[in-house]
Amino acid sequence: MEEKEKRRAHPYIPNSVPEIKEELLKEIGIESAEDIFGQIPEHLRLKRPLNIPKAITSEYELKKHVTNLLSKNKNCEEYLNFLGGGCWQHYVPAVCKTIMERDEFLSAYVGEAFADHGKFQAQFEYASCIGELVDMDMVNTPTYDWAMACATTVRMASRMTGRGKALIAASISPERLSCIENYAWSSTSDIETVKYDPKTGLLDVDDLKSKLSDDVCVLYMENPNFFGVIENQGQEIADLLHSKGALLSVGVDPISLGVLEPPAHYGADFACGDVQPMGIPMSYGGGLGGFIATHDEPKFVAEYPSLLFGIAETVEEGEYGFGEVLYERTSYASRDKAKDFLGTMAQLHGIVAGVYMALMGPQGMKELGEGLLQRASYAAKKLSSVKGVKAPLFDSYHFKEFTVNFDGTKKTVAEINKALLDHKIFGGKDLSKDFPEMGQSALFCVTELHSKEDIDMLADALASVVGM
Amino acid sequence: MEDVKLRNFHQAHWNEPIIFELSVPGRRGLIPPAPDEEIKKEAGDAKNLVPKGMFREQLPALPELDQKRVLAHYIHLAQETLGANLCNDISQGTCTMKYNPRINEELAAHPGIASLHPWQDVDTVQGILQMYYEFEEILKEISGMDKFSLHPQGGAHAVYTAASIMRAYHRDRGELDKRREIISAAFTHPCDHAAPATAGFRLIILPPSENGYPSIEAVKAAVSERTAGMFITNPEDTGIYNTEIDQFVKIVHDAGGLCFYDQANANVLLGIARAREAGFDMCHFNIHKTFGTPHGCSGPGLGALGVRDYLAKYLPFPTVEYDGEKYYLDFDRPESVGKIRQFQGPAGVLVRAYAWIRAVGQEYLKEVSEISTINHNYLQKKLQELIPEMDVPYAPGRRRLEEARYCWQKLFEATGISTTDIMRRVGDFGLQHYWTSHHPWVVPEPMTLEPCESYGKEDLDEYAAVLKHIRDEAYSDPEVVKNAPHKCASHKLADESALDDPKRWATTWRAYIKKKGRT
Repeated sequence: MEEKEKRRAHPYIPNSVPEIKEELLKEIGIESAEDIFGQIPEHLRLKRPLNIPKAITSEYELKKHVTNLLSKNKNCEEYLNFLGGGCWQHYVPAVCKTIMERDEFLSAYVGEAFADHGKFQAQFEYASCIGELVDMDMVNTPTYDWAMACATTVRMASRMTGRGKALIAASISPERLSCIENYAWSSTSDIETVKYDPKTGLLDVDDLKSKLSDDVCVLYMENPNFFGVIENQGQEIADLLHSKGALLSVGVDPISLGVLEPPAHYGADFACGDVQPMGIPMSYGGGLGGFIATHDEPKFVAEYPSLLFGIAETVEEGEYGFGEVLYERTSYASRDKAKDFLGTMAQLHGIVAGVYMALMGPQGMKELGEGLLQRASYAAKKLSSVKGVKAPLFDSYHFKEFTVNFDGTKKTVAEINKALLDHKIFGGKDLSKDFPEMGQSALFCVTELHSKEDIDMLADALASVVGM
Repeated sequence: MEDVKLRNFHQAHWNEPIIFELSVPGRRGLIPPAPDEEIKKEAGDAKNLVPKGMFREQLPALPELDQKRVLAHYIHLAQETLGANLCNDISQGTCTMKYNPRINEELAAHPGIASLHPWQDVDTVQGILQMYYEFEEILKEISGMDKFSLHPQGGAHAVYTAASIMRAYHRDRGELDKRREIISAAFTHPCDHAAPATAGFRLIILPPSENGYPSIEAVKAAVSERTAGMFITNPEDTGIYNTEIDQFVKIVHDAGGLCFYDQANANVLLGIARAREAGFDMCHFNIHKTFGTPHGCSGPGLGALGVRDYLAKYLPFPTVEYDGEKYYLDFDRPESVGKIRQFQGPAGVLVRAYAWIRAVGQEYLKEVSEISTINHNYLQKKLQELIPEMDVPYAPGRRRLEEARYCWQKLFEATGISTTDIMRRVGDFGLQHYWTSHHPWVVPEPMTLEPCESYGKEDLDEYAAVLKHIRDEAYSDPEVVKNAPHKCASHKLADESALDDPKRWATTWRAYIKKKGRT
C-alpha cells in the first residue's frame, strides 16, 4: 500500500511520474539520483529516512487538517479586540485582498523591469504615496518592519554624521528599542534613552538637553508615541538636535497622517513606520513592512541600504521604465562594503499599502483619522467612568491608542485581561513589565472597526470584572 | 526535444499611466466607517483633539480615484508582472522558484491566522503555536539542529541574526574585541558578507580553487586568533557540492570560531545531507525557496534559523515552547540577542510552509531533492548538447547538484552578444528573465538556472530550445538580441545613468515631477 502511494505522482512535482523520471535518468545516462548524490562523502550523508509526518496528498484532507488547527485559535473577528501597539486591526479593503492574492505579484521575485514592469511600477507608486503622506521625496522599498526601519535610520544617521551615540525616546515600543540596540550595535553602541514626562507622556525636553552632546548622531522618537500620545514639541526638538549637528528620526503611524502633521513639517530628517495598518491583515504580527523616507538629497540617498526603485524613460517614446537607483550602495552589488545588508523583505506588503492609499485618497485618510481621534477620545472617557480606572493615564492628546491605569481597582492587568476573555474581549497590552513606573497600566487601541456599542461593551465588561 | 515549438508570446503592455496621472479631484475609492453620532457628539470636532499646530490642514496629495479604476490599474500592473506561478521560471537560479500552491493562500486568509493579534493571550492562540512548534520539529529533523527561530523575515535576516548570535557568543567568552574576522567564499551569497559586516565583523572572502570552492589550505591560512567564524553556502551558487565542508568546519572550530551554514540552496539536500553531520553550529533555510511559500515580489519570506543546543539561549525572544499540555511563548531569555523584528515573525508565511511540508511529507520530501538534481542534470546536458559555446567552469567532470553557473563567454567573443542581452531576450518568449550572477562576476558572462521540482520535462525542453534559438540569433540576427526585449511589458531603458544622477533620479512621482519640470 505504502509502496503504491510512493509511485503516485505528486501534484506539485510534475516529473515525479515514474516513467518520466526514468526517461530523464536515461537521458542523463545514470541509473538513479544516487549516482549524483554519491559524490557527497558517506559520513556527511543522512543514512535513514527523515522522521517527519507522512504526506497529506489530498488537498481536501490538507485543508481540513490545517483549518482544524487554525480553528483552535480565537480570532479578532470572534472576539472584540483592543490590542494594537504596532500591529493594528484596521479594515482590509476587498480590492487590497484581491491584489494581494494575484499570482503575478504573489509569486514574482527579483525579475527586471521589462518583464516585471508592473511590480516596479506598483512599488514606485507605493513609494510615491508614502512620499505624499510624509511630505518627503525619497522613499525606500519596504524593509522587514517598523523596528528594522527605525534601526536603519539610526545607522544611516551614524554614517552621515560620523558619530557613535544615539538617543532614543523612552516612549517608543520596547520591541523596537530592542531591535535598535541589536541592529545599531556596530555603528552606535552608545545608546541612551530620553525620558518622557510622567504627567503628559511627552518627550522630556530638559532630559534631552542634558543628554545632547557633540557625539550624538540622532534622536529617534515616535509620534504618536507608543502610548498613543501626540507629541507637539517636534520643532523645538528638531532645532535642538540640528544646533548640535545631530539628526531627528521620527516614527509615525501612517494612518495618522490624514489628520496629523508629518514629521518633515516640524524639522525631522527621517520619517519611518509600518505599512501594516494600510490594507494588510494582522496575521499574528506577520503583516508588517517598514518604510523609510527622507529628503531627496544625495547625502541621505547614499546611505540607504534598501533597493530604491526609480522611474526613467525607455527607448520607446512616452513609455515609463524603472530601474534601481544607486545600485552600487547595496549589498547585492558591494557585499561587505555595502551600506548594511539587503534581502527578501516585505515588497508585497508595500504594493498592497500602495493600493490602500490609492483607494483612500486624501479625503479617506482625513475622515479615517478624524474618526480615530474621536473614538479614542470617547473610549478613554467611557473607560474612565468605570470606578478605579483612569484613562488616559497621561494628560495629553491621543491618537487611536491610549493608556489605561487600573491601580485604583486593586487588580493587575493580567487578572483583568484574563477575566475579559470570558466576555470575549482581548483587553489592552499589559505595560506593567516594560513600564513598571506606570503601575498596572495597559495600552488600549480603538480603530474604525469599533462602534460605540463595542466600546460601551468593553466598559461594561470592565465594570463587572473589576467588581467595584 | 526537437518538437519544441517556441511561443509566439506577447506580454500584456498596457502603457499604464502612473496612478497620480489618473487622479480626478473628488473621486473616492473607499469610504471609511464613520463613528457613531453619539461618539462624534461626545468627542467633538476632531481638530480640537489634536495639540495646537499638529492638525494637518494641507491634506496629503494622494491620488483621487474611483474604485474600479484602482482595481483595473492594479490588475493591469499585475498582468505586467511575470510571477513564477504563471511562467516557466527556471530562470531565477539560486531562488528556487517553486509552485506556490493556491490552497496555501486560502489557508493563510483564514481568520484563524489573518485576524490574530500577536499579543493575544496564549490560551487563544494554541493552534498557531502548535504549528510553530511542529514546524520547528520538522526543521530540526531535516537539519539536525536543536532549536529554531522563525522570527527572521528573509534569508539575509536570518544570516544577520546568526551574526548577532556569533557576536553574543564571543562577547560572553570575553573574546569579542579580538575575534572580529569572518571567513567566507566568493560564490557564497552577498548577504553572508554584508550581514556579518553590519553586525560589526570584518570579512575574509576566499577565492575559488579549481573545484569552485576555496582550498583547504586557503581556509587554514585564513584562520587565526582573530577568527570569529565562517559563513558559507554548500552547494555554492555554482551548484558544486563542497565535499571537504566538514574539514572547513573543523579548521574554524579548532581556531575557536563558529560556523554558519547558509542553506539557501538546500532544496537538493532534503533527506540527503544535513548541517549537523557536517559539524555546523547554525544554519538557516529560506522557507520562501525550499518550502514553497511565495516570494511576494521579494518578501515577506521567512528565514528559519536553526542552532545547536549551546547557542539556543541566544535566539531572539520569545521562543515557542510546549510543556506537555500547552504551548506558550518564552520571553524570559536573558541571554537572547533581543529582537530582530517585532512580535513572533512572519506567521502567515509559516502557515503556508506548514501546509506545504504536510502536503509533501516524508514520502515526497526526498523526491523533491531527487527530482531537483535530475531536472538540473537533464537541463545542463541539453544545453551543452545544443549550444556548443556553453561552458560550465570549475570542477570539470563533476555533476552539479541543483543548478549551475553557466558561462556565455565564448558566444560573447564570437558574436558580441552578452549574457545581459540574452537575459533580456528570453523575456520575449514568455520566460522570466534569467539570473546572471551576483557581483563580482567571477565567472564571465554568467547565467544561473535552477529547474527545481516544480518544472516538468516539457518546461526544461522549452527553456533549452529558447536558449538555443537565441544563440542562433546571436549569429544570424544579433541586433534583435541586442535590442531586446521586444514583446515584454516595457522596453530597455534609454539611459541607465539617469538612475545614478541626483538631478534625474526619482523614487517618487513628486520628485519626478519636480525634476522634469512638469505640472
